[in-house]
Amino acid sequence: MKKHLLGLTALISMAAGTTAHATDFDVTITNLTHGITFTPFIATAHPAGNNLFTTGQAASTSLQAMAEGGDISGLVADMDLLSATTVANPAGGLLGPASSTTFNMNTDGTSNDRLSIVAMLLPTNDGFAGLNAIAIPTEAGTYRYSVNAYDAGTEANDEIINGGGAPGAPGIPGNPSGGGGTGGTGAATTDLNTSVHIHRGNIGDTDVNGGISDVDNRVHRWLNPVVRVTITVN
Amino acid sequence: MMKNLQTHKHAALGILGALLLSACSNSDSVSPVVEPPAPPPPPPTTVAFQATVSDLTNGQPFSPTAIIVHQTGYSVFTIGAPATVGLENLAEGGANNNLIAEANLDANVFATASGVGPIPPGGNEAISFAFFESDLANALLSVSTMLVNTNDAITGVNGVSLADMAIGDIVTMRGVAYDAGTEANTELAGHIPGPAGGGEGFNADRDDRMDAVTMHPGVVTTEDGLVTSALNGQHKFDNPVIQVRIERTE
Repeated sequence: MKKHLLGLTALISMAAGTTAHATDFDVTITNLTHGITFTPFIATAHPAGNNLFTTGQAASTSLQAMAEGGDISGLVADMDLLSATTVANPAGGLLGPASSTTFNMNTDGTSNDRLSIVAMLLPTNDGFAGLNAIAIPTEAGTYRYSVNAYDAGTEANDEIINGGGAPGAPGIPGNPSGGGGTGGTGAATTDLNTSVHIHRGNIGDTDVNGGISDVDNRVHRWLNPVVRVTITVN
Repeated sequence: MMKNLQTHKHAALGILGALLLSACSNSDSVSPVVEPPAPPPPPPTTVAFQATVSDLTNGQPFSPTAIIVHQTGYSVFTIGAPATVGLENLAEGGANNNLIAEANLDANVFATASGVGPIPPGGNEAISFAFFESDLANALLSVSTMLVNTNDAITGVNGVSLADMAIGDIVTMRGVAYDAGTEANTELAGHIPGPAGGGEGFNADRDDRMDAVTMHPGVVTTEDGLVTSALNGQHKFDNPVIQVRIERTE
């Protein structure tokens, strides 16, 4: 008899869980890199099956705008259409090396049980960090996720810092980390992989007035992971 | 070393034993009996572990390893915060004695130990350490070492809980490379203490782009076009760079 009651209770709570996912949680995003700056992040809780990107598939136009120019407005609009729970630009601008930003999210009364977070790496042509639709934990506690750098596959990694940030415009929109150069002739003219893939890293050089790249090979490099996301379920 | 708590506890047990002895002799009033010598106080119960450190890189020997057992409140470093001078010594010159001395002064540290020497790429070293069983429920293990053919790269594992490990249990972890943020990544021979450079180790100047611990960006080397680098393609690495196998032995 007792067993039956317990089974019934479990069934009821499971059913409740599918209709309304109640989670109040804090998110901390930490830039783990030594010389890379992130454009404004978008953090969005959404239903399963609505990923911002899928490795091995072409980027959406909204993801391309974020990865090439740091513009998250398209992704925000896309997710609003899905009634996602979205926090745009939690750091209030750029997030420099070794810096963190913390914010609260609450998915009470929604079925937004997946979390995605993306932002562009500067200086890169179309590199971005992506936490891809992880299941939001519901048990109280602290959870850490390591986030890798991806290449959107939409722009050749020429490594020329020329302000080019619009989708389809070649070049890197800016280098807020400092330490780069100018006059590079271009490190690459095409992307072999035009789907979203793991970024191969910057090539760079040490010539501030020429060479192949405007990126400094001693500064604007990284090894994965590039971001840590810490979720604290309240 | 086991922290000097041990000597305090021995002293306390000794005093307790003396009090018990005198209480016994006072209550015994019939006839003189030769008192048996007091049994020696039982040693505090300890637990023992062995950490086997493996260098997973191709050409980056590890400096002598520092083992620190601690509880929440101590950490070898925090991403985004400046390195301590002890960690700077390890990260720039491969010397772990300052880091271990700093830890031994911290009330949140239970025990420390050091590897006997550098670990070559592909090499493994088993390092034993012990601490009081009463500290096990809160015990966290941190293991730290330098990638010596770099300016200031370190690796290890940080704050691995030992609390749930029974005797014979084995936990294997891997760790990534961090940049101590205390020395610019010039890759110049004069600033690389390992065999690839033979240069200077610790220097109190903090001349990196920022004074904060981050992930390490990797090395460039001459083969990637940094002509002034003392490193070549053999010295490149990617994560993970270290494996730590932890076994509870007692």
